[in-house]
Amino acid sequence: MTRKRRRLILIGGALCVLAVAVGLMLNAFRDSIVFFNSPTDVAEKHIPPGTRIRIGGLVKAGSLVRGDDLKIRFDVTDGNRDIAVAYQGVLPDLFREGQGVVAEGALDSGGLFDADTILAKHDENYMPKEVADALKKSGRWKDTYGQRAAMPVGGGGK
Amino acid sequence: MIAELGHFALMLALGLALIQATMPIVGTRSDDPTLISVAAPAALAQFVFVALAFAALAICYVTSDFSVLNVYDNSNSAMPLLYRLTSVWGNHEGSMMLWVFILVLFGALVAGFGGNLPAKLKANALAVQAWIAAAFELFILTTSNPFLRIVDAPLEGRDLNPILQDTGLAFHPPLLYLGYVGFSIAFSFAIAALLEGRIDAAWARWVRPWVLVAWMCLTLGIAGGSYWAYYELGWGGYWFWDPVENASLMPWLAGTALLHSAVVMEKRGALKVWTILLAILAFSLSLIGTFLVRSGVLTSVHAFATDPRRGIFILAILVAFIGGALVLYAWRAPLLKQGGLFAPISREGALVLNNLFLTCACATVFVGTLYPLALEALTEEKISVGPPFFNATFGPLFVPLLVIMPFGPLLGWKRGDLLGAAQRLLAAAFIAAVVVAATFALQHGGPILAPFGVGLALFVMAGAVIDLAERTMILRIPIGSALRRAVGLPRSAWGTAVAHFGIGVTLLGIVVVTAWGAERIAALRPGETVDIAHYRLTFDGMFNRTGPNYRELVAHFTVRRTNGDLLGSMEPSRRTFPARSMATTEAALMRRGMSQIYLSLGDPSGDGAVPVRLYFKPLVLLIWIGAVIMFIGGGLSLSDRRLRVGAPRPRAAKTQAPALQAAE
Repeated sequence: MTRKRRRLILIGGALCVLAVAVGLMLNAFRDSIVFFNSPTDVAEKHIPPGTRIRIGGLVKAGSLVRGDDLKIRFDVTDGNRDIAVAYQGVLPDLFREGQGVVAEGALDSGGLFDADTILAKHDENYMPKEVADALKKSGRWKDTYGQRAAMPVGGGGK
Repeated sequence: MIAELGHFALMLALGLALIQATMPIVGTRSDDPTLISVAAPAALAQFVFVALAFAALAICYVTSDFSVLNVYDNSNSAMPLLYRLTSVWGNHEGSMMLWVFILVLFGALVAGFGGNLPAKLKANALAVQAWIAAAFELFILTTSNPFLRIVDAPLEGRDLNPILQDTGLAFHPPLLYLGYVGFSIAFSFAIAALLEGRIDAAWARWVRPWVLVAWMCLTLGIAGGSYWAYYELGWGGYWFWDPVENASLMPWLAGTALLHSAVVMEKRGALKVWTILLAILAFSLSLIGTFLVRSGVLTSVHAFATDPRRGIFILAILVAFIGGALVLYAWRAPLLKQGGLFAPISREGALVLNNLFLTCACATVFVGTLYPLALEALTEEKISVGPPFFNATFGPLFVPLLVIMPFGPLLGWKRGDLLGAAQRLLAAAFIAAVVVAATFALQHGGPILAPFGVGLALFVMAGAVIDLAERTMILRIPIGSALRRAVGLPRSAWGTAVAHFGIGVTLLGIVVVTAWGAERIAALRPGETVDIAHYRLTFDGMFNRTGPNYRELVAHFTVRRTNGDLLGSMEPSRRTFPARSMATTEAALMRRGMSQIYLSLGDPSGDGAVPVRLYFKPLVLLIWIGAVIMFIGGGLSLSDRRLRVGAPRPRAAKTQAPALQAAE
């Protein structure tokens, strides 16, 4: 086998693996990416039911209703619009009315957001970035929300 | 006073770093041995001063000096000593101090033990090391000073984030940083080689032990972090494909590739230019990891509030070092002499394939982690790229890698015998096939791919055993001579087999827990029971307990087999930390062989029912045990005398080279 042929095999093999990797990524990007929306976005964009999305905002005060079998209902609001969210399961430690929340799931045909994941946060004053941006956009941002962000609280570990 | 001493020591360290960063370079350019010889003592002195600064900070924490802002923010005098000590790096400033401390520690080790290195290479490498140290010391002093005082010292501190109040904090960040920062040595040596425009196979021999140490620590650090997240976060997950986790996985993948390509370079003098690139990439990914975690640019389950000014500073460091290194590479790499070529079917060929898959897998993780950031910057569209993406990209790239892995060590250098290797792996393939068939027969309703996953894991493990069996010729020659061969086998061969075996073990754990794990969510009142797998848990009631700096609501459960045998009790709890008015969930774990029952509590609702999450995690412990086995494999390889730091000079090593070659 000549030098040239060996080199060609090497480069050809590399390109094949690379092409497979790119193909896999493009395919995965088509199927498994989840877009983030504020309640206003949901109302304006007419997202079809069944599409997986994330929504974020504040848990509207007084909207939390607990049912049987750990079923809960609450509204997520960005100040302009609300979305009713249904969830079944154990809530994260820092889930509270008036606090920021991010939920992942899909809208059903009736406009109810059926969440299968409620994201947990590590810090009581931490506001999810998407939620902060959504609130700023809707003009409901209060400077007190991110107070600790200006303090050197940083975080170690993971 | 102690805080000021620490601050001052850090400034002096920065001064020393600047000397160490410039003098040796000037010296090697102008052939001035005096300037060249500055490098090693400067590196040692810099280490002493950074160690002093770090010790000063630790003393402030241990003595609970709340006049120091950093201590006030992250500590509390009621915390046990261990947590007061570990909170040194449980925050941004302190963890950057730890980062720099480990960086200069590695520099000092190179200075102290690198006696057999060519003087110029060593001086240049230490200079590059000092550039990195200077950049990060400047970063700490200007944007993240841990020694700032508060004018009116408070009486009590604000406590460490309760999630971090765990022994995990004592091990996970230091190990992870030893891994991240350990790759800086490979980076510095790569840059030094590029500066000199000269590189040979010996370069790989000098660099490989450092890469190995970094890789071992990173492996253990990632596994430790995974176990910590598993029991602390209360969701029973061991890997979330979270950006912060990906940030540690990327250097691991690149470092694993580097470890393998360095073997080719050392043995065959090939892949030099590629190995240099990997050395640059491995540390660049570590820097990117630091940036992702420390700047707070990513929204992540692990994200904490951070200051954007720091993000820009780290970004500048990132651009300067990665950009500079890659420009230097593009300019100087063509000058390096290319190594020899080899047949595609050979040990080298297999290692190249390994590198291809590892770097491609690394690239998919990179894209998946950074694409959301790029998209948001360009279009303001916010997306999340979660586990489905990584499962669909990373998985298919890792499966072929694992399939070919057992073949590599069985192929000869230069020109391998694929058929021979396949014949020798027949036994492994047979074991795997039997296991696949048996799993299919036994399972009811598990995923269709799971038996194949189990088969692959067994194939990988059996392949590693066969590799050792072939080398020792056990079963073919008398047992005594086989044992003698086993003892004479290079430790690196043992290391390879053990580490590869560990990968199989981890894979087995992942496959089994993913396919046959069970999950239940229930709201329980005292006296009620809940079943999972073949266990029955009875909720007996709740009681209160007080810890040093928290109150705790504990639930008591009795665990039985479904046939009634008593197994013991489990006590998950919810802790409330008054200093931060924050609650955490403490999961309870019960080990059954290599499996675990996992129980965590939700927030009790008004009507007296307690929500619980209950999991059965079959063979879950194998995931982390596999990582420990990989670590041991790395350690065996490190103890190989050819790789030992400060090993005899090449001439002395040559006398025993024939014996080692023959043994392979």
